Amino acid sequence: MQCEDLSGALAATAGGDGTLTRAERRHVERCLRCQAEVVQYRKLLRTLRTLRTDVLEPAPGLLADILATIEQAGERQAVRSVLSGRRIAYLGGLAAATAAGAAGALVYATRTRRARLAG
Amino acid sequence: MTALVAAAKDGDRAAFDELVRSTYVETYTLAHRLTGDEEDARDVVQEAYLRAYRGLDRFRGDAQFSTWLYRITANCAATHLGRRSRHRHDELDESTGGADQHPDHDPELRADADDLRGRLRAALDALPPKLRAVVVLRDVYDLPHETIAAELGISESAAKVRLHRARNKLRDQLFPRREGESRAV
Repeated sequence: MQCEDLSGALAATAGGDGTLTRAERRHVERCLRCQAEVVQYRKLLRTLRTLRTDVLEPAPGLLADILATIEQAGERQAVRSVLSGRRIAYLGGLAAATAAGAAGALVYATRTRRARLAG
Repeated sequence: MTALVAAAKDGDRAAFDELVRSTYVETYTLAHRLTGDEEDARDVVQEAYLRAYRGLDRFRGDAQFSTWLYRITANCAATHLGRRSRHRHDELDESTGGADQHPDHDPELRADADDLRGRLRAALDALPPKLRAVVVLRDVYDLPHETIAAELGISESAAKVRLHRARNKLRDQLFPRREGESRAV
């Protein structure tokens, strides 16, 4: 087994994403180079994790820009919902008018038919 | 935070603004780490909050709000970098390093933990964006492979390969080998 073949497995093991096979473990136990590599990976991953609490301060104005973007989006959403509300009301009115027209035509047709039968 | 999220979901704009105020520095930090550029980070953060605002109904609350926001930010950064790569392809070429391959050989400085962090930041900035995104999301923000793959639009195995390459490059930069030693990448 070559040290180069183990590189990926060593990194994964150090990161808790994998485990070594028995043969790989045996190799690492006897290989100083691989042991040093594990130590380096652990140090690297430990330092990477510390960056989580290491915040970068944004330039002034970012918060205001974000809030303004949200504000605009909120206004657009409100306008859209008003428009869609009006559209629903318009369609509802149109449907009601159509139904009333149809009912009126039916009544008229029925009366005309009755008058014709009576006459 | 939970109460703010609940209020924001009910349409309380002030609650959403408060969520922005309490999270934007962290979100900006992540965006900056993913893009490696201040202007790009600002664009990504604004887009991320806009998407969060529009998609708040879809936040089920089974993860932390900050984790949900990280996912959105990662997705926005990937989209942003993808768009940028179509204009400036050379910047995203994975073979381009940009920074010094061996930034520091001074043994005194190497012993210092703060210095290690400084060199790590520089090494991260020097990574190609595609590799940097995966290692930042996995090793700094602890997102699972599955989530990273989903947000970056790549397969889980591709995410793992990129992670391996990124870790190798970082290790090579932080712990340069002495002459005569070989290292597989």
